[in-house]
Amino acid sequence: MKTTIFSLLLWLGVALLGAAAVGGIALNRGESINALWFVTAALCVYAIAYRFYAAWIAATVLCIDETRATPAERLNNGRDFMPTHRWVVFGHHFAAIAGPGPLIGPTLAAQFGYLPGTLWILVGAVLGGCVQDMVTLFFSTRRDGRSLGQMARDELGSIGGIAALVATFLIMIILIAVLGLVVVNAMKHSPWATSTVAATIPIAMLVGLYMYKLRPGRVLEGSALGVILLLLSVAGGGWIDQQAGLRELFDHPGLPLAFAVIFYGFAAAVLPVWLLLAPRDYLSTFMKLGTVILLALAIVWLRPEIKMPALTQFVDGSGPIFGGALFPFVFITIACGAISGFHSLIASGTTPKLLSNERDIRMIGYGGMVLESFVAVMAMIAATVLDPGVYFAINSPAGVVGKTAAEAVATISAWGFPVTVEQMNQLARQMGETTLFARTGGAPSLAVGMASIFGSAFGEHLLALWYHFAIMFEALFILTTLDAGTRVGRFMLQDLLGNLWQPLGRTSWYPSVLFSSAVVVSAWGYFLYIGVIDPNGGVNILWPLFGISNQILAAIALCVATGILVKSGKLRYAWITALPLAWLVVITSTATWQKLSSDDPRIGFLAAANSLSDKLAAGALPPDKAAVAPQLIFNQQLDAALVLFFAALLWLIVLDMLRVCVRHLQGRRVPPLSEAPHYPTRLEEAWQRD
Amino acid sequence: MATRLTGALRNLWRAIRRLSGDDGYERYLAHHAAAHPDAPALSRRAWFALQQKQKWSGIKRCC
Repeated sequence: MKTTIFSLLLWLGVALLGAAAVGGIALNRGESINALWFVTAALCVYAIAYRFYAAWIAATVLCIDETRATPAERLNNGRDFMPTHRWVVFGHHFAAIAGPGPLIGPTLAAQFGYLPGTLWILVGAVLGGCVQDMVTLFFSTRRDGRSLGQMARDELGSIGGIAALVATFLIMIILIAVLGLVVVNAMKHSPWATSTVAATIPIAMLVGLYMYKLRPGRVLEGSALGVILLLLSVAGGGWIDQQAGLRELFDHPGLPLAFAVIFYGFAAAVLPVWLLLAPRDYLSTFMKLGTVILLALAIVWLRPEIKMPALTQFVDGSGPIFGGALFPFVFITIACGAISGFHSLIASGTTPKLLSNERDIRMIGYGGMVLESFVAVMAMIAATVLDPGVYFAINSPAGVVGKTAAEAVATISAWGFPVTVEQMNQLARQMGETTLFARTGGAPSLAVGMASIFGSAFGEHLLALWYHFAIMFEALFILTTLDAGTRVGRFMLQDLLGNLWQPLGRTSWYPSVLFSSAVVVSAWGYFLYIGVIDPNGGVNILWPLFGISNQILAAIALCVATGILVKSGKLRYAWITALPLAWLVVITSTATWQKLSSDDPRIGFLAAANSLSDKLAAGALPPDKAAVAPQLIFNQQLDAALVLFFAALLWLIVLDMLRVCVRHLQGRRVPPLSEAPHYPTRLEEAWQRD
Repeated sequence: MATRLTGALRNLWRAIRRLSGDDGYERYLAHHAAAHPDAPALSRRAWFALQQKQKWSGIKRCC
């Protein structure tokens, strides 16, 4: 009784504190607001959602059964199926789901002000993203760890399976292109950043040789060596930047860097994993965890002031970073920090094969996404502690605010976000860069935000080092995603091509490896190339495209989950996935519609294509723009076809799911539930939970 | 006090090795000895090569 009253009071306290913090950030209209409010609001919302909503879903909706043997126990082969301690599974799961997405999305969405993005990161995660990850993990665990595509095929029919496969492939292509663009924009005309990012490649190879040849399997030794070398490479980049003869070697415009990234992506995808991908993944995981923890500590310790207003005038759709109104584009832009369809591939991939008991599903599925969402909140803080003028100067493409520094500051100051050329030059000098104007893609502005937070915590004179550390850290795991993504794309393509001509399907046949890697690399390389030559920065096209495709993949996962819930006789609880699904359908359909039909060339693909071809026909374009205009026009038309295809895919699978549900409720024949039979676990007696 | 501290440090080190997969080969040997006592176990290098190949043959990293 005593503990009940105590816990009642405790949770009442958490609820009140959370309500006060959320209310505080929502209603604040003062000059600035402290970042600690954001952290408090986030932690309270997560705690309540995890303690009550997630626990309720686990107990009442999914009926988690602790006595049931998991696939890891039943199919234990000591390799991929293996009962594993829950904190180890949590570590693996989080390392797999946490990529650059939740850092970039909030940074871009900050153009609407801090409030819309932050609210969606919190609400979207606890009601949507976390639920998606958790139920997908649960359903896959009950089905011997089967993948989302297989579950879609088993539970809904072949349409669902194919839709999941195609969506996964396309989202991968768009994702890699946009990430490549982010790295290119961070390296553009920056010898320091370029040399540091370049150094990460031989460092990773050295670590690979160490772990594979010299001291096989000694992961910690190799990683420690690599982390030390990476830190030295950040300092070394600063040294190179000072050397007159050397710095020119690393000082390049966007296009050569884009080709370098494309060439690198191809080389990385055909090299053996142990040489580059695997060692770099260890390094990027350690760097990511270390930096995220450091950032959280620095924010709590320093309590920086948020300078961005709660809402900006750009909620109407006229924003410089990407076109489109608050609804639906804040949801599309935040993407991974709130709901990420990609997670459902991990939650139905490695993770269910490691779970030793179903009761860990809440902690790993729901809890893992909570942590990812918290990373997104920190990215939002890092973007909004900057002076809004500085934030817009870094993130706005030259095609929108003007080519010269004077034009850019005049445009941005006229919007009501004062900034001066001297201020930007001084900031660039402090960060060890030649310029910070129009450094689109989110990475430079995140790095400036992180450097200013770290700098005031650990020493102002180190600003340039912190800035390039942040760039290196982002580039490191972007390159990992690029490499891993190209490889997965290659496997999927080989799988597909194997149906046409059998030898092409053999994943170890070298001609097939080269051919399919080249196809995948040219697919994303094309979008990267167009993104670089686009005077509006490319990010404003590619990021919404990525957001739409990622949210559509999430909708597919939620369709599968809703279908299974209805077929399991849990119609009255199906809203836990059906509500987020309905919301995703609304936002992706609206975004697609606007991308297709809007008259504003900054939003509508077709409007942009038409306006550009009109200008081209009228001879109104300067020669350099006229030269690339036909490619840009074609790309806009291609993008229009692509979003239309995405939307068709989504509606196809939603209607298919509804058809299966209605047939089930009418008592007609539907694909049977493919749940594996119940075997009691024997682990609890034999295996002591440590 | 001192033993408690070393005990805690040892536990922390064990947790770090486990989380990073540094102790993977030792755990493989233990599993192998328990599950297939008759078959010869893989060498450290062969085990690591196989493990990495398996790890990177599907979707393992996300956005």
